[in-house]
Amino acid sequence: MLKLSKVILLLFAFSIVAFNPLFAQEGNEADSHKKESFDAGEFIIEHVSDSYDWHIISFKDKDISVPLPIILYSKNPELHSGKSFHVFMSSKFHHGHSAYKGFQISENKPNEGKIVELDANGTEIGKPIDISITKTIAEVLISVILLFWLLFSVVGATKRNKGKAPTGIQNLVEPLILFIRDEVAKPTIGDKKYEKYMPFLLTVFFFILVNNFMGLIPIPPFGANVTGNIGITMVLALFTFVITTINGNKHYWKEIYNPDVPWWLKFPIPLMPIVELSGVITKPFVLMVRLFANMMAGHMIVTVFVSLIFIFGAMAGPIAGYAISPVSVAFSVFIVLLDILVSFIQAYVFTLLSALYFGMATADHH
Amino acid sequence: MGLVTPNPGTFFWMLIIFGIVVFILRKFAWVPILTALKDREESIASALNSAEEAKKEVANLKADNDKIILEARKEKDIILKEAKVIKEKIVAEAKEKATQETQKSIVQARQQIQAEKNAAITEIKKQVADLSILIAEKVIKKELSNPGEQEKMVDGLIDDIKLN
Repeated sequence: MLKLSKVILLLFAFSIVAFNPLFAQEGNEADSHKKESFDAGEFIIEHVSDSYDWHIISFKDKDISVPLPIILYSKNPELHSGKSFHVFMSSKFHHGHSAYKGFQISENKPNEGKIVELDANGTEIGKPIDISITKTIAEVLISVILLFWLLFSVVGATKRNKGKAPTGIQNLVEPLILFIRDEVAKPTIGDKKYEKYMPFLLTVFFFILVNNFMGLIPIPPFGANVTGNIGITMVLALFTFVITTINGNKHYWKEIYNPDVPWWLKFPIPLMPIVELSGVITKPFVLMVRLFANMMAGHMIVTVFVSLIFIFGAMAGPIAGYAISPVSVAFSVFIVLLDILVSFIQAYVFTLLSALYFGMATADHH
Repeated sequence: MGLVTPNPGTFFWMLIIFGIVVFILRKFAWVPILTALKDREESIASALNSAEEAKKEVANLKADNDKIILEARKEKDIILKEAKVIKEKIVAEAKEKATQETQKSIVQARQQIQAEKNAAITEIKKQVADLSILIAEKVIKKELSNPGEQEKMVDGLIDDIKLN
């Protein structure tokens, strides 16, 4: 039994790597290799970055991708057929190769990969206000649907099994909820106040966890690097910051502006208040960076191990690429398994630290 | 797109989406689930409590029962003792009564026997007298068949009278 489960696990892990679009891109990369040598850095950055369309597979020289809506607001309507508000599908750009209505995906620094406006001569004049549904946002929406399905089925099950033992998916989710409640919220915030913060803590935990896991599955509609996107983690940290600030009690603010330190640390130069105040900002900032960096790194390392094949292939011919592939696959499997652990830990750490900050903001004077 | 510069569009959408998600989940998922969990915990706790109480009650009942049984046993012993005493008393009384009764009947029997005896004696006496008279008649008849004898007898009787 144990052996069988080990084999299944290995097969599963292998399939994660084997079905990775990165492998599918091999043909494309080989094609470009003829023109220029394989650029691992670009390849990796491309994989972990956001994009305007959802690349599914490249077959020979054809890119197959799902177009996503582009939503733009321009201050120069005269350049874009007289309208300032534009909504169209990303397929109009033909994978970034052509301009549409005076907009184009820039190929030059500093706006590389972003949509820029073109003037009548075709030179870039700056960025419009861009609220497109990118790959990351599309993945967020998918994860939200998944999250709703998961949690509403739990709600249904709790109603169905009222006064009875929990069944099915309830048994999967309820221990996590209880874990957040009993091991995270209660010890950090306190038995009396924790209930107010539970909805946010649980939402953050499940949102991060689901997105971390979805990021590990390389088959569309999964695989986008959501929690490794700094815009996403910034919003999550912003929520923690806002909730902490709104709920901060008198004691919390007193400790920031007038902490219990010798007077010469506060006057004439308010040294400690400055340190404390910067702490208010750095706490959510660290939250943002930690989650972003961890998930980004996980994605990057897997991509690095896979691109090893192509680097060797480019340097010493296809045989070397094939020869190195078992090593790459083994390392990738290891990293993916590690990332499963990291997914849990990062979701837990984000929730725990948020709860700690809430607890600090609402702690009674002692 | 730059990796470490947040994209305003991503930020904008994520803010809206996550805000809505927190709101919806709070209202339709977390509150019902947490309430259900709390209810379940409370019902389990109360069930355990009542089980504990029932256990105690059973123990109490058992103690009560033991007490009752003990008391009942004591009472039984007392009753048995009393019964024994009463029995002995009754037996003694009965014996005495029987003795008295017997005595009485013996006395009665004796009296009756006495009466019967007296009656019988009286009867016998009567019969004896009758017989004697009969015999005397016969003897006298025989004696008086001869006139000499009659005279003698009258003389004799006269003599007797003189003696009186």
